[in-house]
Amino acid sequence: MDVLQLLVSGLANGCVYGLIALGFVLIYKATEAVNFAQGDLMMLGAFVTLGLTNAEYVGLPFWVAAPLSIALMALIGYLLDLLILRHLSGQSQTSVVILTIAMGFVLRFVAGAIWGHEPQTLHSPLALGDFQVAGVVLGMADMAVIVVTFLLTLFLYQFFQRTRLGLAMQAASQNQMAAYYMGIPVKRVQGMIWGLSGAVAAVAGILFASKGAIDPNAGLLGIKAFAAAVIGGFGSLPGALAGGLIVGVIEPFASRYLAAGYSQVAPYALLLFVLVFRPHGLFSQVRTKKV
Amino acid sequence: MRIHFKTSYENDIRLFPDRWSFFVYAALVAGAIILPWLLDDFFLGEVTNVLIWAIAGLGLMLLTGQTGQASLGHAAFLALGCYSCIILMEHGVPFLLAFPLAGVITGIFGTLFAIPAVRLHGIYLAIATMALSILADDIIVMLAPWTDGVSGKFAPTITIFGLEIERWTTPDRFYWLVLVVTILCTLAYRNLLRAPLGRAFAAVRDSEVSATAMGVHIAFTKAAAFGLSCAITGLAGALMGFYAGAFNNETFSVVISISLLMMIVIGGLGSIHGAFFGAIIIAFLPQALSMASDTIGGLLGANNVAIPGLETGVFGAILILFIMFEPMGIYGRWLKIRTWFELFPFARKDMFKRQKSYLKTERLR
Repeated sequence: MDVLQLLVSGLANGCVYGLIALGFVLIYKATEAVNFAQGDLMMLGAFVTLGLTNAEYVGLPFWVAAPLSIALMALIGYLLDLLILRHLSGQSQTSVVILTIAMGFVLRFVAGAIWGHEPQTLHSPLALGDFQVAGVVLGMADMAVIVVTFLLTLFLYQFFQRTRLGLAMQAASQNQMAAYYMGIPVKRVQGMIWGLSGAVAAVAGILFASKGAIDPNAGLLGIKAFAAAVIGGFGSLPGALAGGLIVGVIEPFASRYLAAGYSQVAPYALLLFVLVFRPHGLFSQVRTKKV
Repeated sequence: MRIHFKTSYENDIRLFPDRWSFFVYAALVAGAIILPWLLDDFFLGEVTNVLIWAIAGLGLMLLTGQTGQASLGHAAFLALGCYSCIILMEHGVPFLLAFPLAGVITGIFGTLFAIPAVRLHGIYLAIATMALSILADDIIVMLAPWTDGVSGKFAPTITIFGLEIERWTTPDRFYWLVLVVTILCTLAYRNLLRAPLGRAFAAVRDSEVSATAMGVHIAFTKAAAFGLSCAITGLAGALMGFYAGAFNNETFSVVISISLLMMIVIGGLGSIHGAFFGAIIIAFLPQALSMASDTIGGLLGANNVAIPGLETGVFGAILILFIMFEPMGIYGRWLKIRTWFELFPFARKDMFKRQKSYLKTERLR
């Protein structure tokens, strides 16, 4: 029973990591850049929802506030691309990495200035109650996280495989110039993907906030999502989810069965291990170089 | 405008292109030497801090600016240099031996880390080094018998030939010590750039494929860059330990790694000046901000306006502006201003225009 309980809580945590990792992968698939601010976008999404829902701020009903904040975060994502990232179009990955880290700093500061640095809880209907199945206590929030994550991953996977826009996004990342020649509006497509990943970040934020309190430093969770994305391999949506689940499940088991002090090391040790032996992730997409 | 007419290879690799620049740098060094008589102890301490950050910046510049390998993990090497120097001194090794040894130990560890890391590219390397930096915190706690873990260590007093050097009681002597290390590191860096290895670094940065075609051994060059970069960083870490006086597992956090990388980007990637400009910004920004918020708070009549996170927020905003509008950093801007004056009135705006570039995937290499 113990094992099953750990597994369920690990899966729920892993889904949040997976959702953030999905955001990384979306942007990586379409712009070949890694958004180090994705964790902070999630934090912002959680705070926007909290600001709209909680009685001391706006006080809208949750089911109105949630879609509204998802739309708002999509807009913020699009604006970030329009105002900042578009200036760097075609520049090296390293400068985008540094830029997004800086954006994370600024987002954390903005959230702290608006909502304060004290941990707050979202009044979410998802957070209410838990039920027992065969001796395992399942939180409503945990179940919601798992279900929504799987649906979202499936939807995004189909989106990239089947729709014209999804294919255009993949083309834009693989060869910008060729995509221009094919008539793809590369810059607008990239703006859209930033909007999409903002929306995904908002979903992750809502689910994360339903599971517990949030503060402006919640975005640092993004570092664990990196582990997830790397283990799954950047560029693969199911990989990101799988990576998130692996990291999420390893954590509670490590803290249960390993000595204190060693347990928080586990995800990063695994990350380094994967990077050393499979540098492009378990679901790798890299083929050999042709000259 | 000065024209450098080069007639031989010896001319091309001179340390100073002409007498004037030699004179400028000599004056700068002379000014730095007499600084303790001009400043009070507080500002001398700040200048010392700038120099220490500049050494760390030089270390990372060698790897990121010169060889093109972004590292978000140099705080781990700062910590390693710091702990190894101070643990050696606690076992009775004199400073003059322990300090270079700390650099050597850090360099060896850097090379060892590089052996798997040279296979990684771009973001994967950045993430791997970031994981290293996060792990360093936990590893220090695990090695508590050596490092005293969470309770931390205190830096001992440095003794060189009977001369006692301590950050608080003799800030001027500590400043000179740091200055000597800074000058030596800068000269070593500058000399390295004229040597074959330094040229190989630049070749790897600009294109790995063409570097291979020119006979550069990529893995060896990257490992060497890692080792040398970490050695310099280790020296800076040891000095940082002495400067802080006390340190524990949280002193060298991943935030320090990130700040270090951002610092050299603001300063200007790939230039020695950039490390120093960036260090000035990072060391004086907190002071400037607290002064500014005090002044504004005084005007508004509110005392004690402490805004948590303001420092990193402003730092991030400055960085965003630099990357968007001046990717070459402060040094790049300085070059533009200087060229404008040297060519006056013939400077044109498009002289420094960035070439248009298009992205291609790294997944299908």
